[in-house]
Amino acid sequence: MSTVQQFRTGETPLPDVIILAHKLTREYDMGSELVRALRGVSLQIRRNEYVAVMGPSGSGKSTLMNLVGCLDTPTSGEYWLNGQKVSDLVDDELARIRNKEIGFVFQTFNLLPRADALHNVELPLIYAGVSSRQRRALAAQALERVGLGNRMDHKPNELSGGQRQRVAIARALVNEPSILLADEPTGNLDSTTSTEIMGVFAELHQQGQTVVMVTHEHDIAAHAARVITLRDGLVATDQLQAA
Amino acid sequence: MHFLEAFRLAIQTIRAQKLKSGFSLLGVFIGVASLIGAWSIANGVNRYMTEKFAQTIFGVNTFQLRRRPIFTPNVPDSVWRAWQRRPRIRFSDAEAVEAGISVPVITAWQSSDNVTVSFGSKEARDVELTAASERYFDIKNLRIETGRAFTGEENRSGVPVAVLGEAVAKRLFVDRPPIGRNVRIGGIPYRVIGVVQHQGSLMGFPLDRFVVVPALSPAQNLVNPPGILDAFLVKTNSEGEMREAMSEAEGIMRSRRHLRPQQDDNFVLDTSEGIQRFWAGISRILMIVMPGIVIVSLVIGGIVIMNIMLMAVAERTREIGLRKSLGARRRDVLQQFLAESTAIAAVGAAFGIVAGIGLTVLINAVSPLPASISPASVLLGVIMGAGVGVVAGVYPATRAARLDPITALRQE
Repeated sequence: MSTVQQFRTGETPLPDVIILAHKLTREYDMGSELVRALRGVSLQIRRNEYVAVMGPSGSGKSTLMNLVGCLDTPTSGEYWLNGQKVSDLVDDELARIRNKEIGFVFQTFNLLPRADALHNVELPLIYAGVSSRQRRALAAQALERVGLGNRMDHKPNELSGGQRQRVAIARALVNEPSILLADEPTGNLDSTTSTEIMGVFAELHQQGQTVVMVTHEHDIAAHAARVITLRDGLVATDQLQAA
Repeated sequence: MHFLEAFRLAIQTIRAQKLKSGFSLLGVFIGVASLIGAWSIANGVNRYMTEKFAQTIFGVNTFQLRRRPIFTPNVPDSVWRAWQRRPRIRFSDAEAVEAGISVPVITAWQSSDNVTVSFGSKEARDVELTAASERYFDIKNLRIETGRAFTGEENRSGVPVAVLGEAVAKRLFVDRPPIGRNVRIGGIPYRVIGVVQHQGSLMGFPLDRFVVVPALSPAQNLVNPPGILDAFLVKTNSEGEMREAMSEAEGIMRSRRHLRPQQDDNFVLDTSEGIQRFWAGISRILMIVMPGIVIVSLVIGGIVIMNIMLMAVAERTREIGLRKSLGARRRDVLQQFLAESTAIAAVGAAFGIVAGIGLTVLINAVSPLPASISPASVLLGVIMGAGVGVVAGVYPATRAARLDPITALRQE
């Protein structure tokens, strides 16, 4: 029996498989033409894997990221995240999944400019309904984990690019998500800072965090243990590499 | 997300953008301030009219037999001329009415005009001279501060004694005791026997510039021709007895004037009702106009807030995308923006309430208009302010809540 069938019946769920995607397609109706961004992507990612998703622009990697990140739903196909089928959930249910299971790290950091580091990290906990005192404690812990314990009351514009991305990583971690989902996390950073951030990712991976990272830079992808390459909406290559 | 959380966030945003928020809450501010201010004036004048004004002029359960009403707003010339042609009230009318009324009453004669009162070289001009009978003080609730009022005996024999209003006593005697001194009223010497307690003012008119003398004393000639009086005052014990006394008085007067059944009265039995009716008319107009002003400013305030919120949603599309990606549900985003618009309106309403109360205090301090804050208006101000915030926020907040996180995040 295949893994997909096991997941469908729920008889022998594999707790080790965090992400299971089966023949995911995503089509956009652009009025005059139908854009097929994904044409049937199947993949499995296990707990504590460190995966880089690569591919030229237009290959469908952003679309795949949106689906994996539960920001979007597939046109067809099935997707299980941490044992839960999420491919047919509606808006607010997806929001809950994002809040619980996914930690986003964006290329442009996406911090609230008027809020200090601590409050930025607190955000996901607000939507999780955590009490304000507990929120502060958890946010402070997360900031210390990324080495910013002494910068909690700084606003984003008082922090360097690397520090801002660390705040964003702390925010992604604060809810203890199943996967850390990074979209070009070093795209706005110089090479020294990029290496620094990759160091943070490596450390988190060592601590047992599952990391999925989209990038188009080979030397960034080189930090991952597994590289998936997309081309024309399909998986072109999927290989393990030496760390 | 807890609503309190959304509200805290909203206050943060308002504080971060003080100027913009300041302008956006101006409409609600003006609306609520004018609501409370106007209401306070109406409320205060209303209470004044019903409690103090009517009682000061007429007294409780008291009516006056007069040639024409005492309070005559907006009377056309023809009516006025008709009133002037009516026969005047005579001493004998007063005596006949008093004799004919069956319920227990207190009565007084009254004739008034403005004169100059002097003591030595000191003069008090524009003093209201009232020639009255002895119960006048009781009916008008005039309490004697020093000395005494004149007696019925003094009244009947026309002794030239005078009771002064407080302002007149002050003007003529400053700090010296006025009792026993002789003042001149229209050139006639009068002995001061009493001073009335301080009365204050009514709608800016001083109430202490008067002198009361016996109705049959020589100064009566300064006020009215012999045998004529302005008004015959009748005070009864209750509203019902007043009605009874009035109908008896009407019958007596009609028969004395030989009026046929189809003829109208050529006299009036005036009560405080007329004045209160007049005021009720004014306050009704106020109550119609005032909500208009308030509604217009609140609607404008609402539109401004809605605009500001639409701008905020556009400006913060990325933030909304981020919040959604971090797990904010539609409801959370909706709540956040609703709380923000409500907070703006509530802050505006709060300032409006403070300003409205300030306005009321100011009106009381610098103008003769009495104003008194109505708790209902404050409550209404709060409700309407917050209501405007919610209503104005619904559309922008719905738009924010419906944003697609992917598109929102991609926006620059």
